[in-house]
Amino acid sequence: MAETVFAPWDDANEKPLIRFRNVTKRFGDFVAIDDLTLDIYEREFFALLGPSGCGKTTMMRMLAGFEDPTEGAIELAGQNIAGVPANKRAVNMMFQSYALFPHLTIWDNIAFGLRRESSDKVAIAERVDEMLKLTRLEKFARRKPHQISGGQRQRVALARSLAKAPKLLLLDEPLGALDAKLREATQFELMDIQEKTGTTFVIVTHDQEEAMTVASRVAVMDEGRVMQVATPTVIYEAPNSAYVADFIGDVTLIEGVARARSTPATGPATSAEEPAPAAQTVRTPQPNALGLWLHDKVLAPVIGARKDIVRQLPPPSATEAEPAPNAPVEVPSGGVEIDWADGQPPLISVDGDPALDGKRVKLALRPEKVAISKSKPQAVNVLQGKVIDIAYLGNLSTYHVELANGTMIKAQTANTRRVARRDITWEDNVWVSWSGTAGVVLDT
Amino acid sequence: MRRAALIAIPYAWLLALFLIPFAVVFKISLSDIALAIPPYTPTAKDGIWTMLSQLDFENYVFLSEDDLYWKAYLSSLQIAFISTVLTLMVGYPMAYAMARAPEAWRPTLLMLVILPFWTSFLIRVYAWVGILSNEGFLNQFLLWIGVIHEPLTILNTPTAVYIGIVYTYLPFMILPIYSALDRLDGSLIEAAEDLGCSRLKAFWLITVPLSKNGIIAGSFLVFIPALGEFVIPSLLGGSGTLMIGKVLFEEFFSNRDWPVASAVAVILLLILVVPLVLFQQNQQRQTEAGA
Amino acid sequence: MNRLSPFNVVSLTLGFVFLYIPMLILVVYSFNASKLVTVWAGFSTQWYGELLRNEAFLDAAWVTLRVAVISSTIATVLGTMAAYVLVRGGRFFGRTLFSGMIYAPLVMPEVITGLSLLLLFIGIGLDRGVLTIVLAHTTFSMCFVSVVVSSRLVTFDRSLEEAALDLGASAFDAFRLVTLPIIAPAVISGWLLAFTLSLDDLVIASFTAGPSATTLPMKIWSSVRLGVSPEINALSTILIGLVTIGVVAASLATKRAAVQAARDEQAAARAA
Repeated sequence: MAETVFAPWDDANEKPLIRFRNVTKRFGDFVAIDDLTLDIYEREFFALLGPSGCGKTTMMRMLAGFEDPTEGAIELAGQNIAGVPANKRAVNMMFQSYALFPHLTIWDNIAFGLRRESSDKVAIAERVDEMLKLTRLEKFARRKPHQISGGQRQRVALARSLAKAPKLLLLDEPLGALDAKLREATQFELMDIQEKTGTTFVIVTHDQEEAMTVASRVAVMDEGRVMQVATPTVIYEAPNSAYVADFIGDVTLIEGVARARSTPATGPATSAEEPAPAAQTVRTPQPNALGLWLHDKVLAPVIGARKDIVRQLPPPSATEAEPAPNAPVEVPSGGVEIDWADGQPPLISVDGDPALDGKRVKLALRPEKVAISKSKPQAVNVLQGKVIDIAYLGNLSTYHVELANGTMIKAQTANTRRVARRDITWEDNVWVSWSGTAGVVLDT
Repeated sequence: MRRAALIAIPYAWLLALFLIPFAVVFKISLSDIALAIPPYTPTAKDGIWTMLSQLDFENYVFLSEDDLYWKAYLSSLQIAFISTVLTLMVGYPMAYAMARAPEAWRPTLLMLVILPFWTSFLIRVYAWVGILSNEGFLNQFLLWIGVIHEPLTILNTPTAVYIGIVYTYLPFMILPIYSALDRLDGSLIEAAEDLGCSRLKAFWLITVPLSKNGIIAGSFLVFIPALGEFVIPSLLGGSGTLMIGKVLFEEFFSNRDWPVASAVAVILLLILVVPLVLFQQNQQRQTEAGA
Repeated sequence: MNRLSPFNVVSLTLGFVFLYIPMLILVVYSFNASKLVTVWAGFSTQWYGELLRNEAFLDAAWVTLRVAVISSTIATVLGTMAAYVLVRGGRFFGRTLFSGMIYAPLVMPEVITGLSLLLLFIGIGLDRGVLTIVLAHTTFSMCFVSVVVSSRLVTFDRSLEEAALDLGASAFDAFRLVTLPIIAPAVISGWLLAFTLSLDDLVIASFTAGPSATTLPMKIWSSVRLGVSPEINALSTILIGLVTIGVVAASLATKRAAVQAARDEQAAARAA
């Protein structure tokens, strides 16, 4: 099973397609990209994720050839591409606004790039028709861009940028202009096309859900720096900083001082061999249920089974399953304890790094890993508080629970039964609990 | 390379045919009138050094001593200023009403303002000669409705010049103000009224400041050309109206005194430098804001 | 939409009456049988006949037309280049001077422009005639073209050009195949503006035309200085008529294109 995993970044023999080497880009005094080093491999679907102004668009424009780095080098297939103008690069870009030429038909838009390098009319026509077919636009070939819908325009832009079979395709917020429903369907279409054509995709987005859905790896950026580069699962489950934990998904951060626990963690907590138990559904919200369904039922017959191994977690340990009430809890040893408030028991994280001993740390807790109950449960970490707010999201409910010292903790439950659990309501005194492996300890 | 050529061609054209001619004007303004072709001395044929040594400021001294020129400059400034204010007073309400008109009417209204702009300037000024003369349509009309019993003398007075300038330059005032007002978000006025402004106060505190750039652009587009206007004072102002454009034209064509005409032009240009620079800065700001 | 207040209605009505009454009177009295322009003596088209028999006017019209076509064409090329430089040129040496030379001629009194060009032409020994008028007209009308075109370029979505470059087009191809077709309406209006400015110009032409070339405005000028003449009324009516037809036709064409585009967009939205 291991050999089917697509992970060239773990393979030392693999040569990256793109290599940013200590790249810095300044606009006057403003540092858009700050000493950035990054490798992107062939056939990757790589996402640059960050808030606006974090430098992700600048990186893309440097790859396309519209900006040159102030310092450092960018290599494409081992060659420094600084100074190569945009029209001489084997890189194509899909623009955020799509930038379809309004005076040309869909057919001519797609043929535009091909005509620049070849005058073989037959070959061009063949290639354009192939692209039209790939993006299911055959019917609209003779229309002008303003005569088709937004979703179709998006596909024309994709077809046009893929027509020249670039080594690398850049997508600048490719789905930003589409409404939520269409965006979801299009995400899978994009992944499908990427897999079919074998092109390396680099996508720029500020939408974390989009990045997590489509990408093989995500680079989370902030203020011109890459904060973390990893697979979506690692980014979500093992963020390396409070910034990443906070940027991706919902999180509660509890600050305190770490203390190393006596013995290193052993046993089930680090075992990666066990099959995933039922708790898995709670742990991986990405890709979402509709997406998985679409893929399995619609796409799987065409493109084969979903390679979600890429995004799979090391299976959770037994202790991480929802604690059965009133059953005695066995606390695994190792990890750290966090003293976070006077008169409160320390919080235990069994995979916290003991080297953090004595430091100020933050414990990052995903709401779906925090259980909520009216009676005191048996768990590694149990705290009492009061329900301040309830957000009902349909499939999930999020409770905002205020602890005695004012700390707010979010707990999420899946609404698996149609009739909502009405036993917990505003102002109720409740217990929140989580396992020893649920939280991530982050250096502040 | 291409970029350099792209910049160089229009640049060179404007340098050669817009900027360098001013240098020529300046040089001739320092020369003396002569009965020759060309009618001034010295020329470059006399050799550069001889030419340079014979240049002097005699013509400027002459201009400062003859109060005809002083009066012409002052009266041009006065006429241009008053006409600009009048044009603004006529143009602003029109631009405002156009911007508030139902959306469907706006293209038509805009076209009605632009149409006179495309028709011949000369013809539009000429049209007023028949209206303003003693037996013209305006006097006939006023006599007929009984407001006056004697024909008014309007043609060949400064009043006729004001009317002519307001009439011919009105589109230049309306268009920039309209485009500023058109961009104005209507909810700003509603917000001001919601916050307790009266209509008039909202107009004064919100609409006017936000159309400032349009007012500035429009006023310069009227004031600067009006200052050197020739056709309007010649046709409508008669001998009684002194304007520097007319003086220059007559100095050049009737008296054939090219050096004095050049000196008149140089001083007019100096007067224009300040408004020109202000106008150019205003334009550039708008271009950059648009980008 | 909101209805106009009475004040707005009054200011619009008075404003348009002021703008159009003089031209209306010109047109009406061009059909007057009397030589006295302010006394109506019955309908007649005799002044049009006389105008068409007047060789001097026809010659002048021909000179004017040639000058206008040539100068507005050159001005459109130069003005479009200048607009491109202004909007896309970035920083270069003397940029402020350049933009100053673009904006100054828009408002420069014609007597100054005319005088300075004449003195230049005499200084370099260029014979005055059609060529000198063309040079003079090109110089000031290119600035108008560049203002019109640059206002379009400012709103031009730059990513279209980048897309063309990205797809392998050279900078020149990107301009020729993408930018130019899209800004074409602005370039055409620039040409039309330059054309009418050239047709209209009296002062600059008076300075730069030699004895060998007389333009129509110069001809009109020499006769209107002597007072109102019915022949000039007839000529004005023809010019006003041509311009009106042109402007109305152009705006109808634009409107139709806009309506068609809106319809297409609706259809596309429904199809989606």
